[in-house]
Amino acid sequence: MTTVEQALGAGAHPSGVLARPTKTTGAFSWFTPVDHKRSGILYGATALVFFIIAGLEALLIRMQLVGPDQTVLSAKVYNQMFTMHGTTMVFLVGMPMAVAFGNYFLPLMIGARDVAFPRINMLGYWVFLFGGIFMYSSFLWSSAPDGGWFGYAPLTSQPLSSGSLPGYGPDFWTVGLIFMGIGSVTSALNFIVTTLNMRAPGMTLLKMPVFVWMIFVIAFLTLFAMPPVTAALIQVYMDRNFGTHFFNADLANGIGSDPLLYQHLFWLFGHPEVYILILPGMGIVSEILPVFSRKPLFGARVVVFSGIAIGFVGWGVWAHHMYATGLGPAALTGVGVATMAIGVPTGVKIFNWLGTVWGGAVRLKTPMLFSLGFIAMFTLGGLSGVMHSIVPSNSQQTDTYFIVAHFHYVLFGGLIFAFFGGFYYWWPKMFGHFLDERLGKINFWLMLIGFNMTFGPMHLVGLRGMPRRTYTYGEGFGWETLNQIETVGGFIIALSALVFVVNIAVSAKKRELAGDDPWDGRTLEWSIPSPPPVYNFATIPEVHSFDDFWHQKYTEDDEGRLVKLPRGASAADTHAEEHAEHIHLPSPSFWPFVLALGLPIMGYGFVFKAWWVLGLGVFVLMFGLTAWAIEPHTAEEDH
Amino acid sequence: MSTAVVAAGGGHVEAAGAHAHAETNTGISHVKLAMWAFLSSECLFFGAFISTYLIYRGRDRAALESAGIADGDLEKIFDIPFTSSTSFVLLMSSLTMVLALAAIQRADHRGTRIWLAATAVFGLVFIAAQVYEFTNFYREGIRLQTGLFGPTFYVMTGLHGAHVTVGIFWLLQLLYRSLQGQLGPEHAEAVEVAGLYWHVVDIVWIVIFTVIYLVPYS
Ligand SMILES: [Cu+2]
Repeated sequence: MTTVEQALGAGAHPSGVLARPTKTTGAFSWFTPVDHKRSGILYGATALVFFIIAGLEALLIRMQLVGPDQTVLSAKVYNQMFTMHGTTMVFLVGMPMAVAFGNYFLPLMIGARDVAFPRINMLGYWVFLFGGIFMYSSFLWSSAPDGGWFGYAPLTSQPLSSGSLPGYGPDFWTVGLIFMGIGSVTSALNFIVTTLNMRAPGMTLLKMPVFVWMIFVIAFLTLFAMPPVTAALIQVYMDRNFGTHFFNADLANGIGSDPLLYQHLFWLFGHPEVYILILPGMGIVSEILPVFSRKPLFGARVVVFSGIAIGFVGWGVWAHHMYATGLGPAALTGVGVATMAIGVPTGVKIFNWLGTVWGGAVRLKTPMLFSLGFIAMFTLGGLSGVMHSIVPSNSQQTDTYFIVAHFHYVLFGGLIFAFFGGFYYWWPKMFGHFLDERLGKINFWLMLIGFNMTFGPMHLVGLRGMPRRTYTYGEGFGWETLNQIETVGGFIIALSALVFVVNIAVSAKKRELAGDDPWDGRTLEWSIPSPPPVYNFATIPEVHSFDDFWHQKYTEDDEGRLVKLPRGASAADTHAEEHAEHIHLPSPSFWPFVLALGLPIMGYGFVFKAWWVLGLGVFVLMFGLTAWAIEPHTAEEDH
Repeated sequence: MSTAVVAAGGGHVEAAGAHAHAETNTGISHVKLAMWAFLSSECLFFGAFISTYLIYRGRDRAALESAGIADGDLEKIFDIPFTSSTSFVLLMSSLTMVLALAAIQRADHRGTRIWLAATAVFGLVFIAAQVYEFTNFYREGIRLQTGLFGPTFYVMTGLHGAHVTVGIFWLLQLLYRSLQGQLGPEHAEAVEVAGLYWHVVDIVWIVIFTVIYLVPYS
């Protein structure tokens, strides 16, 4: 390993900095990247593939439910489909896509050249990828997880021999989720340290962009939410494979274990998880709306503090997923009130976004359309969410399609719309060219229409009593027409996703170049070339205010009108560091890949109780770890 | 979870090399900050198992009895003087860990090696005692499947033992680096971060010890 380091004098052309091009280009280099931007792209591309897989699973579900007594799927396969759809969307799409955006843009937005732990970051990616492949490999044994994304014990925890879920489904599920947890904890650590330690000079915490804040908050949520569920998963695994009784009560033999404990441990993770999923979406639209309204984010600090408040209160409401389990009136009242209270900071944010758009010079480009779609759809989902907080009402709605409608309005209408907005917004920065605007608008309108056709009628069908997680239904309940509309809507969403994929290909061919700052952006990522050079910033920026890049470009005259500053006259340029400085770039490493490879091998050992396979996995893991630990480091040679 | 510990362990090397001289906003190095954050996550991990144990405590009276463990027998099976001594050994290992750090900070290589080795040996003594205790409990009829005490006890203390084992490997790796002459005072932080991990694992044991051996079961 040699040092990737070059002195960069003021005004030197940035292209001279890439000291080892042979190591950072070519297909093979994608196995060893330490550049946070490449990790981001890998995360995003992988999550997109899983998004398509989860979508296909959803289409199969919709085909089964298009009419009464359909036989497209058997009950078992149907269970596998909704379990894998939910698990995939939460752990293999929602979380990693947020990590993708965070990886790529968090360092750029805080003016950093790198993340704190580039190699641990890549370890997180490989763990996520191998975890996903591991879980999907269960189909090879016809043993895909089939106990729901929540995996309620004792359904999932009954022993292999006598249980109601034969096959290895719950084992793949528990072991796979533990791996995914390890991956997300590593990226959370990376985000926390990067945000706390690597901000450019002058960027105090409250001058950070809202997106950075939201990633920072979810990193803490991840850190504290994963341990309880990991414990619960270990306990389920033990119950199923070693005959323990963590959740399998055996009252005849005097073992009074409590299945409710599983629900507590799961939702103690599961509810914060909802915020882990939605807060990055809120962060993304909080970046897009000001840019396309040409106004600062209305009450930016309030948006940040609401996000933090949501992060805190989110720990006290998990039991609203357990209203029907008989927790008693005192607990239900407390949780119900807390759940209503959490609607307040959420509502505050909605008004902040509206206030941002209000009176702005609005440009209805695709990112803006998706963001406006986000506000509308998320608000609808939020309203049905407040309905759920009311205990008697919830007891009627629970386990019906009304709930399915609610969380899809929040997570699809919210999170996925925000992700698509983020794709269109940041694509020019990531790849240097725009995504096609016309196809983008088709993408948006198809998605909006398809989404509302799919999930809107679910409110009605749910209030008419249609239960969720049931593979078929009989005639005459008044559910047929609504289900047909939902299925058509599902295919329209699929068409919309197809348009997006086509758009990626068409735009790459057309290569309509974007330049550094195509949207007249406000945050630091727009101050550098598109795509950004490997070291991000030739000179580390000095930050003076929130939306610093905007204030470098514009000032206000006496009447509050925007006046464009001549380029080069801004404060940051005059204060730019003029002395030569070293740009340290981390060296590529192969070992995170090897280390992560040990995990799925261990996983098969656990699932099939093949202890030599487990041993082999441990060996691979230890080998990767040792090699990683003793690998020489870039900095040691220049000291 | 222990894999994540190891990952963080790998990270300390990474950052100790690449970023040791980098200025950070907080003044705390990347590695140390990450370790603090990670250890907070670990506390919740053990917290979940400790809560499980406490919630289930005494809910398996009849099951224990049919396994031949009558009310009050459990307290007789516990060898509190023995476990207290091994817990004391583990606590002393925290002291030797601090001495190792003090030694490396003043470039006392011999001292570093002695105290690192002592810490690892104390850890090993603790693990050996745990193996002995598990064997003893097994002979007395407490299996992994016995009532609720069996699974909650073995899984919780077993996972703690796994954490101690990871720590021992980590210490041995530091010792190896020191013997190779690659652990100078400029790497004191590598020892400090390993120490943070070690201390927290010790503190977790104090809680587990109190909950299992000092709080009556039933
Ligand atoms: Cu919730």
